[in-house]
Order: sequence, then C-alpha cells, then structure tokens
Amino acid sequence: MSLGTSDTLVYLIAIPLFSSAFLLLGGRALDRVGHLIGTAASASSFVVALIELNKMFARDAESRGVTQHLFTWINVGSFQVDATLLLDQLSICFVLLITGVGTLIHIYSISYMAHDIDRRRFFAFLNLFIAAMLLLVLGNSYLNLYVGWEGVGLASYLLIGFWNQKPTYATAAKKAFVANRVGDVGLSLAVMIAFVQFGSVTFDGVAKGIAAGSASSTALNAMGAAILLAAVGKSAQFPLQAWLGDAMAGPTPVSALIHAATMVTAGVYLISRSNFVFDNAPTAQLLVVIVGAVTLLFGAVIGMAKDDIKKALAASTMSQIGYMILATGLGPAGYAFAMMHLLTHGFFKAGMFLGAGSVMHGMNDEVDMRKYGALRKVMPITFATFGLGYLAIIGIPPFAGFYSKDKIIETAFNAGGSKGIILGCVTLLGAAITAFYMTRVMLMTFFGTKRWDSAAHPHESPWLMTVPMIFLAIGSITAGFIFSNGDRLKNFLAPVVDKEHHEHETELLAPIVVTGLAMFAVAIGISIAFAKYGRKTIPASAPTDVTVWTKVARRDLLQDDFNESVFMRPGQSLTRVLAFLDKRVVDGAVSGVGAMTLRLAGDLRKTQTGYVRSYALLILLGTVAILTAILVVTL
Amino acid sequence: MNFAAIVQDQSSQAEAVLFYLLAPITVLSAVGMLLVKKAVHSALLLAAVMISLAIFYILNEAPFLGIVQIIVYTGAVMMLFLFILMLVGVDSADSLVETIKGQRILGIIAAVGVGGLLIALVSRGNLGHRFFGLEMANGEGNVQGIAKLIFGQYVWPFEVVSALLITAALGAMVLAHREPDSDKKDQRALSEDRVRQNSQPVAGLPGPGTFARHNAVDIPALLPDGTAADLSVSDVIAARGHLAKPGDFKFIETSDDDREGN
Amino acid sequence: MNPMNYIYLSCILFSLGAAGVLLRRNAIVVFMCIELMLNAANLAFVTFSRMNGTLDGQIVAFFTMVVAACEVVVGLAIIVTIYRSRRSASVDDARLLRL
Repeated sequence: MSLGTSDTLVYLIAIPLFSSAFLLLGGRALDRVGHLIGTAASASSFVVALIELNKMFARDAESRGVTQHLFTWINVGSFQVDATLLLDQLSICFVLLITGVGTLIHIYSISYMAHDIDRRRFFAFLNLFIAAMLLLVLGNSYLNLYVGWEGVGLASYLLIGFWNQKPTYATAAKKAFVANRVGDVGLSLAVMIAFVQFGSVTFDGVAKGIAAGSASSTALNAMGAAILLAAVGKSAQFPLQAWLGDAMAGPTPVSALIHAATMVTAGVYLISRSNFVFDNAPTAQLLVVIVGAVTLLFGAVIGMAKDDIKKALAASTMSQIGYMILATGLGPAGYAFAMMHLLTHGFFKAGMFLGAGSVMHGMNDEVDMRKYGALRKVMPITFATFGLGYLAIIGIPPFAGFYSKDKIIETAFNAGGSKGIILGCVTLLGAAITAFYMTRVMLMTFFGTKRWDSAAHPHESPWLMTVPMIFLAIGSITAGFIFSNGDRLKNFLAPVVDKEHHEHETELLAPIVVTGLAMFAVAIGISIAFAKYGRKTIPASAPTDVTVWTKVARRDLLQDDFNESVFMRPGQSLTRVLAFLDKRVVDGAVSGVGAMTLRLAGDLRKTQTGYVRSYALLILLGTVAILTAILVVTL
Repeated sequence: MNFAAIVQDQSSQAEAVLFYLLAPITVLSAVGMLLVKKAVHSALLLAAVMISLAIFYILNEAPFLGIVQIIVYTGAVMMLFLFILMLVGVDSADSLVETIKGQRILGIIAAVGVGGLLIALVSRGNLGHRFFGLEMANGEGNVQGIAKLIFGQYVWPFEVVSALLITAALGAMVLAHREPDSDKKDQRALSEDRVRQNSQPVAGLPGPGTFARHNAVDIPALLPDGTAADLSVSDVIAARGHLAKPGDFKFIETSDDDREGN
Repeated sequence: MNPMNYIYLSCILFSLGAAGVLLRRNAIVVFMCIELMLNAANLAFVTFSRMNGTLDGQIVAFFTMVVAACEVVVGLAIIVTIYRSRRSASVDDARLLRL
C-alpha cells in the first residue's frame, strides 16, 4: 500500500493542543469564554477530519493512506525516530469517532458543568485529551503512539481526579494511572523488541521486517504478549480491570468520552494496528482471545450486581470491550468486526452515559438506582435516547449493536474446532447476561414506582444536554446498518488489516442460525430481568439475604481484594524491607566508614602525647627496625 | 714524650691492660650517670667518662685529640654544664617514678636492641681484619699530620665550623640576655627616695668607731643586751683583773644647748 | 688486642646514651646523655682512623667536638631561657603540642 503525503494532518492535533494550553495559561480571565473556545477547538478538529475523509474517498482503495513528516525526533546512532503522522483507513475511523463524539460531549459539558467554577479547566483537560488521543491514533510508529498513549493516561488522571477536593476521587485517579502504568511496561517492551528485531519502530518497518522473516516466532509472540499487556492496561481488561469502576469518580462527560468511547478503546486500536504481529504469533493471539473472553464474562457478572448506574455502565463497557478484544484475536477476519463494534459502541455507550448524566443532573447527582424509578414520564428525551442505546447494546435488530455483535459471535463460532465452539458459547452467554443487566438498569431507572428522595425534583435537562444525546441516539440507530451493509466497513478497512482478503474458510453455523441463537439468548435475559425487576417492587436498599455469588459480584468479583493481597501488601512489605536496608545497611555502611575513620583517628591521636621522650622512643624504635632489616637482609 | 713509641712498643700488652681496665670503668660511669638521682653527680660521672675516653684516644695514637678532649670537652663543656646546673638548681633531683606508661620498659628494650644490633652488625662486617696503624700518618708527628689535613684538605669545613662557633656564641648571648624587669634606679633617684622616706638619717649612718669613746684593750665590747662580751678581751687581762667596766664610759645625757656647743 | 673492642665499647656507650635520653627527665641530664652519644661516635671515628691508617677519622672527630661544643652552648642557653620562664627544667613539662 503506497502512502501519499499531506500538509494538513497536523491541524487535527495542533488545534486542540493549543487550545488546551491557551485555556490553562489564560487563567481566570478566560472563565467566561473557556467552554466556548474548547468546544470550538474540538469542532474545528472534526471539520478537518471530515475534510480528510473526503480527500480519502477521492483516492483509490489501495493508496488511501497519507503521512505528514513533522520533524526528526530522535537521531541516535542506528536508532532514528521521526515525528510523523499517518492517516489511513484505520486511523480515520478513530479520528472521526474521537472528534465527532468528542465535540458532542464538549457541547453537553457546557451545560453539565455550568455550575462548576473550574469549567474552563475542565475544557482545557478535555482538549488535551482530544489532542493526545489523536496523536495516539495518528502516530506512524510505536514510539509516536506511546507519546499519545501517555498523554491520554495523563488526561484521564487529570479528569478522573477533577474534583480532587474529595480524597476518594483523587485516589481513584491515582489508581487508574497506576494500573495504566503497569500496562505501559508492555508497550515499552514491545518497542524494545521491535527495535532489536527489526531495527525500526514504525508500523511500516515492523510489517516489512516480519514479512521478510527477520524475527523468530518467540520474539513475535513476546512482542504480541507485550502489546496485549499494554492493551489490557489501557482498556481495563482482565487482569488490569480494577480501575474502571473507580474511574466513575470523574464527571459524567469524562466517563462518556474517555471511559466509554475512546481511551478504553485505544487497546483495541493498538492490537488492530499490530495485526501483522498477531497474525504471525499464534500464541499471542490465543492469549488475546482468552483475555477477551474472560473479561467479557467478568464485566457482565459485575454489571448484574451494581446499583450505581455509572458503575453498572462501566462494567458494561468492560464487557463490551472484551467482545472487541476477543474479535481482534480471531485473526484477519475479526479486526473489521472489532472496529465496527467499537464504533457502534462509541455511539450507544456514550449516549447512555450522557443519559445517565442527565438523570443524575435531574436527581441532584444521585447515582443509586434504587432511588430512581418511573423517570420516563418526567424525562422523556433522556428516556428515549437512553432506551435507543439500550436496544442497541443488547443487540435488537435493526439497531447498531445487533449488526456488530452478531458478526463477532459468528466469527467466534467460525474460528474452528473446540476453540470456536467455546468462544461462541461464551459470546452467547455474554449476550444473555448483557441483556439481563441492561434491562435491569432500564427497569430500575425509568419504570416501576417512584422511589425518589424527598428532596428530588427530577426534570428534563436543558437543550445543550439533550441535543448531543439525540445525535448519539441517531448513531445508535443507523450506524450498524451503514457499516455492515454490503460489508462496507470491512472492505474499507481491508487494505490495512486484511491484505490478503481472507474469506471465511470454515462456516460452522450458518449466519441465520447464529442470529437465531443470539436472539434467543437475549430473550432469555430480558425475561429473567423482567421477572425479577419488572413485576416485583424494588427494595429501597440493597437486600442482604442474597446468594454468595451476588455478594461476590457486588464486591466486583473480589478484584480489589485480590490486588490488595497479592500486590499491595507484599509490595508494601518489600518497600519497608528496602527502606530498612537502605537506612541500616547502605546508610550504615556509609556512616560506618565515617565512624570508623573517626575511631581510627581517635586511636591514632593517642600517639601524639606531647612528651618529647615518647617521640624519642619512637625514633629509637624506628632505628631498631631499620637495623633489624639490615641484619635480616645481610643474613 | 713520644706517645706513639710507647703505644707501638707495648701495643698489645699495655694497650690491652689499659683497655680492659678502663673500659669497665667507662661503662660503669655511664651507667651510673643514668641512674643517679642528683644531676650534679651525673655531670661528674660524665666527666669521668670523658677523661677515660681521652685516654682511649691517646691509646689509639691520637694524642692531640686526647688532650683536646680533656681541655675542651671535660674542661669547657662539662664546666658549662656545671654552671648551668648551678643556675637551675644544684639540688634538683628527678624522682625515679616514671610518668609515661611503658616508657621505661620500651626505652630499655629499644636501647638494648640498638646496642645489640649495632654490635651484631658491626661484628658481621670484615672491619677488624685490616689494621694499618698510624705510624705512617703520624710520621711527622700527630699534630703536624692533623694540621696538614685541617689546613689542606679540610680547610673549607674548618672555616664553616668557625663561622658556626661565632654564631653559637652570638646565639647564646641573645638567648641568655634578659632585659631588666624594671628600670634600675640611678644614684640620684635612690637619694631622693632616701630623703623622702625619712627612715634613716639623710647623711647616712655614722661609720664604725664614730661614737667610740675608748678603744683600749681592757674594755670589753657590749653585747646587744648590754652585757659584756667575754670574747672581746684577752683572757690574760681578765685573769689579771684589769678589766675596765664599760659602764664607766656610759654616754651622758646632756641638754640640747650642750649638744650644740659640743 | 683487637681494635674492634673499641668499636664495641663505642656501641655500648651509644646505647647507654640513647637509654639516658629516653629515661631521664631533667633536661640537662638528657643533654649530657646526648653528649655521651657524641663521644661514643668520636671514639669510633678515632678507632677507624687508626685501623685505616689515615688521619681523616681524627679530623672528623675534631670537627665533631667543635660542633658539639657549639651545640652545648646554644642548647644550654635555651634550657636556661626555658627555666627562667617556666621555673622547671623537666622535659616532661613542655608538652603543650599534644592532641
């Protein structure tokens, strides 16, 4: 695939970046217009992205990618990295998602954060995030990607801990950052392996190197595992998933943008971008599907037990990204479907998060769903948009999620052999559980009887909040059909992820059978949820006489306890031991040298008695020594 | 006296006898110098050592040096030592208690060690096998031989040593000089003091015999308490009974008018 | 008689002088022991001159005597000066240069 050049890619990143800097440095003087500047910057990026899309469609399918060389970044001996931007079919999907959904969320935040004195800072951080995420998806090498990767981690930290007056929020931000950091080790390792094996860290260089066969399969598997580790950290997959629930401490627009639509999908982007690595590293691919499958169920089970609406949606995000990761592990056939699900998920999950924010806004920032109930009459637009997102996520045709999830289930079954059957059953089970808990959320929030607090006066949100939700709902309705009709997205992405244009080799089950099974699973989920929550009254506080599974699920399947006992406590003991060693052994050695010198000096001091006679004695003893030496030598 | 002849003729015998006689004395004197408490005794013992060393020099065909040893060393240097001892305190005695810990033992060990090692080392060399004697060198006489060398080959060290002597003398003068503690009063100041104090007659006390009234042999002198001193007259006169009584010549109190006329 | 006997005597006297320097406390006695050491060296010089048949040893002994005399002069003057200010002639009293 040949790559053209462009002059305009840098504006995508530069506009939000400068806007962020301007808003941060401008200080309180910009408080009155900060939100407008931030939204304008994001919208400008979206416009540039649309222009680029237009230009891309004008080019023919094999040469759609363009690059823009900015400057030479690192030039050390044989290690040379340029700051170059790459825009191809894979990146443009992400760019449009980031800037489009991002701009909608900017508009939403103008109203949502209207009463916050730090609104300008919020928009500065949002712009910083947009710039960093764009840099992530536009980098042409693993190292450029890493810069964006770190940037989004920073922005996530700043935004989760935006209200850091509350210590728990600040701690949640730290937890997210630390978990991300653990995953970043993987990305560093991947960069190093790439450089050692191929002498280059650009995607192009690595792909060519693999095609030339200059790396052993162990190296490729190692690199794949390292990339997987990075993706696991950033996308909150098992085993680094514990931070996503706590990240809901940030304002709801943050949860919508970062922890639903974009940052957590960066892992999927990384794996898709590294398709040339994974296609040649079967062990790493197997690890990918295992991680995806486990997380899929993990998130779903947690989602069943959460009463906090944002945490339930977070668990759902974890589960849906598990679907995407699983799809990327299914080889060339899966990347396009992962991307499709990613894009549709971006629409409906962001829409649902904005809806949750709208509900919270109307219910005085209450997040416990047990205090909701019968909100559909009071907040009709929110109910409608949220409901459309709900229908999309559980996979009801013709909404977006149906197409994307169905394709993933199909590809899972077609993976072949026992692996295919297991994966297929897991995805079906996941679909059922998803249907269950999303229906639960809908029933507890919008249906049933009022369980409101006395102080609550729920009302519909202002138009600045409802209009973005409406746009996202439109996406939830139509996106799936647009992407999958005639395999449009698949063919669009094929030059990047699927060069040989694989077709389905084996077809275990006919597509219609798969669809039927999926629908059946969804129906079971909905009916169980209806039976538990639709008919019976919902208790005002969480019932305590529940099975052990529910208790465990309420505690996030003991993920925090596990992390604490396996990593935190041994780590703290290790730190204590090291600090003790440092103080006693290292410092002791150093000050011991000093103390010994002092003692030696003190002892030597005693020879300076001041008596002439003792000095004379020393002279005479020296003479004796010399004479003895002469005698011994001449013996 | 031709010392050389004496020495040569009876070299082995007489020299050996003299050596074996004097050597123990020398060593014992040296040991005594170490051990006696009074410094003056040490000085005298050192003088004894030096004299026996002078005899050794003469035995070794160095008569000039031997006599110089007696004159300069024993005579001048030891006298100087004794002068200073007098200045410092003739009775100054060291206490035999040693104040520095271990000094005595280590000192003895070191000294014995040095002595023993020196003897061992010297005896291992082949020094005593070649013996020339000083007949040839002393051919014209020892003094002439030495003179030839001093004013010939060693004239430069000789000049330097003489400069050293002058410097030493100067140094001693400078060191020993002491500024007076206070200004010495001259005669006029003393006289003024005397007048001011009025404690004694300004003109001074009368000389002896000024108030004497009689200087006969038969009058005894008076002791301070007024009684006669028997020792001041001859026993013969006392025995003859011709002693005059000093009371006869007692001083008669006169009035002031009389004194003026006298 | 072996002239080396004089050398041995000289060694003995020298070590006795060294012992005296170490063991006596009166400054003047210490000085006298130093003089003893010098004399022992002189004896050795004279004996060697006799053994070698030249008068150089005697010349050196002569110069040694002169130098020793100068040294005694200055040394005793110093002792007197110290005695004047400190009223003590013990070498142990001058030990201010100590740690």
